[in-house]
Amino acid sequence: MPAQTTDSEVPPPGGHPESATATAPARAARPVRDGVSLGLAVGMSGLAFGAAAVSSGLSTWQACALSLLAFTGASQFALAGVIASGGSLLAGTAGAILLGSRNTLYGLRLAGVLQPRGPRRFLTALGVIDETTAMTLAQPDLASSRTAFRATFWCLYLTWNLATLGGALGAGRIGSPQAFGLDVVGPAAFLALIWPRLKAGGTERLVALAGAAIALGTTRVLPVGVPVIVAATAALAGALASPVAASSGDPQ
Amino acid sequence: MSPAWIAVLVTAAGCYGLKLAGLTVPQRLLANARVRRFAELVPVALLAALSAVQSATSGQAFDLDPARLAGMGAAVAALLLRAPFLVVIVAAAGTAAVLRALGVS
Repeated sequence: MPAQTTDSEVPPPGGHPESATATAPARAARPVRDGVSLGLAVGMSGLAFGAAAVSSGLSTWQACALSLLAFTGASQFALAGVIASGGSLLAGTAGAILLGSRNTLYGLRLAGVLQPRGPRRFLTALGVIDETTAMTLAQPDLASSRTAFRATFWCLYLTWNLATLGGALGAGRIGSPQAFGLDVVGPAAFLALIWPRLKAGGTERLVALAGAAIALGTTRVLPVGVPVIVAATAALAGALASPVAASSGDPQ
Repeated sequence: MSPAWIAVLVTAAGCYGLKLAGLTVPQRLLANARVRRFAELVPVALLAALSAVQSATSGQAFDLDPARLAGMGAAVAALLLRAPFLVVIVAAAGTAAVLRALGVS
């Protein structure tokens, strides 16, 4: 087998020293600014969730409880969707929990970066979602990563929960988030945040393309949300296929 | 307690438990090079998939909304021009918003 990398430390999230030097300026301010902006923009879709939850038959308090305690959009929308379509609560609950499983995979990666200790881990866990993972892993070093996680988590948590309440109370009727292009913020942000990884490695590019293709290809046959989880098989294939310690961009 | 409350609380507990499970996986497991490589690649695969699904689908159907696709096109252009994160996001949302204001739907 190829030579094992010697670092016992977790590699920096960006994974490649080039990306660290390219983005070095404003080390402390940038993760906060980017995280807060993403949190504000994406959190506004809580309006849509609050409205969808209440029109599905959940109460305002039930909508708020989901946003406060589950805090993972895909699962929350899934539960409201099943209830709205008259499906069983059991099926809705099972589907929502299944969709939450991608956060387990994110946690696996974030554990080494955030290294939460003791009781703090229980708070950190609440924040392990798509947006925080993307923002955390896009940072060039561990300190920025932890700052980015906190900034994104808190801003998104507050915005998402306030927006849920607002949406449940009917604020969504004032104006659609779509009119401001907010529905494009999520997909554009995810692309922007994995962009450096795509430029850095051939395996990453293939895995990203395969993941997108798998998700799009299964959209019409699998329940909403499941295609994205199935896309994890692209990462599995990439991990099995790539020469682990000697992957293209690894530092010497 | 009503069935709806039970569904809400079980969903919340399940989702939280899954998040916690990922964080509490023994780091010994990640010492394995292939497991670590998998953990590194998972966010790339899932976030690329999410980006594609949110750009081009709605529910279980393809939904090629011109304003949204133009927004994503603007994001890609900004990324190719090495724009910072915020500029990418503003370009994407702004393009979609302006097109919609002009009546493109």
